Amino acid sequence: MKAPLSWVLDHVDVPEGTTTEEITDRLTLTGLKLEAVESPGREITGPLVIGRVLTKEPEPQKNGKTINWCTVDVGDANGTGEPQGIVCGAHNFEPGDLVVTVLPGGVLPGGFEIGARKTYGHLSAGMICSARELGLGDDHDGIIVLPADAGEPGQDVRPVLGLDEETIELEVNPDRAYALSIRGIAREVLVSVEGATGFRDPALRDTPPANDDGHPVVVEDAEGCPVFVARKVTGFDPTAPTPDFMVRRITAAGMRPISLAVDVTNYVMLETGRPIHGYDADKVQGALVVRRAREGETLTTLDGTKRTLDPADLVVTDDSGIIGLGGVMGGETTEISDTTTTVLVEAAHWDAVSMFRTGRRHKITSEAGKRNERGVDPTICEAAADRVVELLVEHGGGQADPGVTVVGTPPAMPVVEVPGDLAARVSGMPITEERSVECLRAVGCEVSVDGGGAGTLSVTPPPWRPDLTDAQDFSEEVIRLVGYDKVPSVLPTPPSGRGLTRPQQLRRRIGRTLAGEGFVEVVSFPFVGAADLDALGLTAEDPRRDLLQLSNPLSAEAGFMTTTLLPGVLRAAGKNVGHGNTDVAIFETGTVTLPRHSGPAAILPVDRRPTDDEFAALDAALPAQPLHLALVAAGDAVAGGWWGEARPVSWADAVDAVRAVAEALGLEVTASSVELAPWHPGRCAELSVDGVVVGHAGEVHPTVCEAFGLPKRTVAAEVDLDLLIERAVHLRKAPTFSSYPVAKEDVALVVDASVPAAAVEAALREGAGELLESIRLFDVYTGDQVGEGKKSLAYALRFRAPDRTLKEGEAAAARDAAVALAAERTGAVQRA
Amino acid sequence: MSGPNTDYDPVEVTPLKADQVEAMREAALTAIADAADLEALKQVRLDHAGDRSPIALANREIGALPPQARKEAGQRVGQARGAINQAIAARQAVLEAEHEERMLVEETVDVSLPTTRRRRGGRHPLTLQSELIADLFVAMGYEVAEGPVVEAEWLNFDALNLGPDHPARTMQDTFWTEPADDHVVLRTQTSPVQARTMLTRTPPIYVVCPGRVFRTDEYDATHSPMFHQVEGLVVDEGITMAHLKGTLDHFASQLFGDGITTRFRPSYFPFTEPSAEVDVKCFVCRGGEGVAECRTCRGEGWIEWGGCGVVNPRVLVACGVDPEVYSGFAFGMGIDRSFMFRHDLEDLRPLFEGDVRFSSAFGTEI
Repeated sequence: MKAPLSWVLDHVDVPEGTTTEEITDRLTLTGLKLEAVESPGREITGPLVIGRVLTKEPEPQKNGKTINWCTVDVGDANGTGEPQGIVCGAHNFEPGDLVVTVLPGGVLPGGFEIGARKTYGHLSAGMICSARELGLGDDHDGIIVLPADAGEPGQDVRPVLGLDEETIELEVNPDRAYALSIRGIAREVLVSVEGATGFRDPALRDTPPANDDGHPVVVEDAEGCPVFVARKVTGFDPTAPTPDFMVRRITAAGMRPISLAVDVTNYVMLETGRPIHGYDADKVQGALVVRRAREGETLTTLDGTKRTLDPADLVVTDDSGIIGLGGVMGGETTEISDTTTTVLVEAAHWDAVSMFRTGRRHKITSEAGKRNERGVDPTICEAAADRVVELLVEHGGGQADPGVTVVGTPPAMPVVEVPGDLAARVSGMPITEERSVECLRAVGCEVSVDGGGAGTLSVTPPPWRPDLTDAQDFSEEVIRLVGYDKVPSVLPTPPSGRGLTRPQQLRRRIGRTLAGEGFVEVVSFPFVGAADLDALGLTAEDPRRDLLQLSNPLSAEAGFMTTTLLPGVLRAAGKNVGHGNTDVAIFETGTVTLPRHSGPAAILPVDRRPTDDEFAALDAALPAQPLHLALVAAGDAVAGGWWGEARPVSWADAVDAVRAVAEALGLEVTASSVELAPWHPGRCAELSVDGVVVGHAGEVHPTVCEAFGLPKRTVAAEVDLDLLIERAVHLRKAPTFSSYPVAKEDVALVVDASVPAAAVEAALREGAGELLESIRLFDVYTGDQVGEGKKSLAYALRFRAPDRTLKEGEAAAARDAAVALAAERTGAVQRA
Repeated sequence: MSGPNTDYDPVEVTPLKADQVEAMREAALTAIADAADLEALKQVRLDHAGDRSPIALANREIGALPPQARKEAGQRVGQARGAINQAIAARQAVLEAEHEERMLVEETVDVSLPTTRRRRGGRHPLTLQSELIADLFVAMGYEVAEGPVVEAEWLNFDALNLGPDHPARTMQDTFWTEPADDHVVLRTQTSPVQARTMLTRTPPIYVVCPGRVFRTDEYDATHSPMFHQVEGLVVDEGITMAHLKGTLDHFASQLFGDGITTRFRPSYFPFTEPSAEVDVKCFVCRGGEGVAECRTCRGEGWIEWGGCGVVNPRVLVACGVDPEVYSGFAFGMGIDRSFMFRHDLEDLRPLFEGDVRFSSAFGTEI
């Protein structure tokens, strides 16, 4: 809310000498945070004075324009007392007029410096200003002509134009709708600023009693519209200008001046907080009726939009049909125009929830709607309407019609029982019951000390505070006036905690492990679109295409929650490569969203705890969201240099990174060949732990590499970390080592190229028996010596017994048994 | 071994004469001393101490002497051989030391050569900041609570006193999911974890919850559709705003430095009542001299940090906690925002762009 300070101070007095900063500091501390202080003349410096035009000589120019060579009396403001010679292009003034004159040395908005300069054959020493040049609006049709009584030549013109008038912009939270008005802010100044007195309520005025002569109004839905007040002004002059003070204040408050009739309704809304609607009474046919819209009804609102209404929308109708969306926006047919001479004024109280729903349904945000949906004082409709009538009569030359229509009565405010010590208990401050009562009364509550029994206050909130419904709401009012800055600082003593859970610890361990492996962590948005999955080369049946759709994504290309982290890391890697970081290794951990299509998540009651079943059903209705890890590496794994050749990344690096993670959790990963996008069909490993597939790793398909701007042979992996973490070995057994000598045996086995090395190794391991300590594949050979379609695998076997030195031939026998089993299982033939 | 020698003069053998032995010894010692390197010394050893060396040959003759002469000759030759062997060993040691020294000199490298062959990894600074914050609270006895990011509408809003028509729902621009009547959202705050915590634990509750949240904000230098919050929740008997203030003061001093405190301003959140905005004292200028020029707090002396308040009894009821027995406080801060002013980052986008140069700058701890 932007509030011109002078307007606020029309309604409350602060002690002499109180600065704007002191006022706004206090308002900030009691809950209306200062956003900014503005004044229209803040960019203007130097001499800006009243001038009286002495002479005005029109001089036609070759370019067709006529300029006026003027002499202007600026008193002693120019230091000489002599008239000032000024060239002026405008014509809307005569000698004798008072004008706004900026003298050399002055600076106008936009850093426009004024000097004496030669122009059109004269030395023009200053400028006669238009409203736009002063930043006071868009009016540039001519210069400002001041009223004859504006002051004496040479006098500073700033106070006359209100250029120094400050406007304070305050952040108003949704529970404080009353502060969306000068009335509310003045009241806050009263309770917040020390020594403030004399609150003059703009909504407190004598209003004429209701009678039967007013415009007929029928309210069919009293719940939606508890109060409807109608007044009329006749003989209104539609050409009457809005007075300057009103234009200035409305503009400062952030609204656009339009016409007197409209400006007055806005002015009164700003002043009282009560939105007002004005109709051209001559266009209204018959009685106004308030009801809910019917299915299929339409209305073209003031903004020119034709809207199909919802049966829950509150509307105002006349004999012609719907003429307004009650409390939200008026209709076109009865709009006030530049021919309106009879104004019908509506001040009605609307149900806030209905306002909120209608505003949201039709996507209308307006100053009126903002107030109506947050809650307005229902008791001030008559006063606000009367104020509008008063201003229209005063400035528009009309007469107040004696008819006064008032339908309905404001709803009564509830009485709330508030424990007298609640503020103390909530704040931890020694606030007495007496102090609480004092604060509550200050904000407008009625408090009965003995109404509710010992230690309980019966509190009725003021009508402008519909937000005060619960006992604890009242404690906030007390505490904010006592001062949030007075709340002491006390550390509570929690019971002994159990530290991080094991999964939490393991997630950190995984991150550190990958950083140790040379991978850099990134964070991506989890949004994807079909194009991203196409880029991965996923088939139409791929389960990763089953995506949770967002109703309102930021971009249509990324309208879904991702099922895989690969698009994010591949994109990030591509970006790095694009930036010239060609050797890149990155990882990301995060949840993915796997729809379960298990039906809606219930909206449960809030007046009790959900049952365990209800809560479980809520969780079951959500998508599965396992924690994934994705990693990508491109370029060189080991850089080339003085030490030797570079080693480019290979599919094995992706597998090994996952192995490193698994090992950090005490797990062993087995890899087997599989075809899966986005990997190279012959270079993708399905990774398993204890027979459960946990993820995939390998070389990225060259087409996918290209799609993401990555070099060929980029490698990647994606793993379900939840599956790993739940299998993590908790207590690892301490190892024992044999100190007896080791016996080494090497074997080279020839197998079909299609036989997985892992199968050969498994057979060797099993066949070798207990004496086998370790086995290591140290060479893979394909070529002429083993023949087409074959490969040779060379293993180093180490044998050792835990309790003795192996006897001659024992290791060789175990080796032979290993080879025999490998031969049986895999067709391996020992190479000579 | 030499055989019997018939030409032999049993009384006197020339090579065993004292002066002869002495000459051999002298010659050997001279040669040893002259051996310039291990190779030369090896030859000297062969020549002067080997099986064919004069002294070795002389030694063989001892058996030819009459028994009474053998002892003296044996002593003489033995002493000479001992001296020679000793000299060779000494010379060997000297030459080996010299050799080793020379080799080390020859093996000198340029240690200023670049050594980084493997890439260095790093963790994302927001992960690190989240862990740091979690650790601060774990040290106080809190536990770390968690919840899903795709969340039930009821938990994100209704349970937190944000009914379907609450104006505050428009304060947070929510990502909704299809089908709309499934009532599932991307959580707009970490607060649903509060509700989950109360529904699954019994007081006393002391938890902190760092996590990702989503709002439909266009992505720019100061807004992101995804960001990180940390939420704290305490539910216990006799909890007051003073405990909230004490906790946040402690948190602020741990994260931003000794003496950094917080300031409360009245505010509004449906799930807390009373509610407050929390400002943290600027840790750069500390509101003292230089505050006017301070870039970090933009001359305010305080930095907006987050929101907090006393848990609204309505929230306690919806989550099965008896508000007659327990009270609580909750607070929430932007982790990204805290990171930005703690580490002097003006544009948040590098946090989400995945450029390794950004994450790498923070290594594995912050």
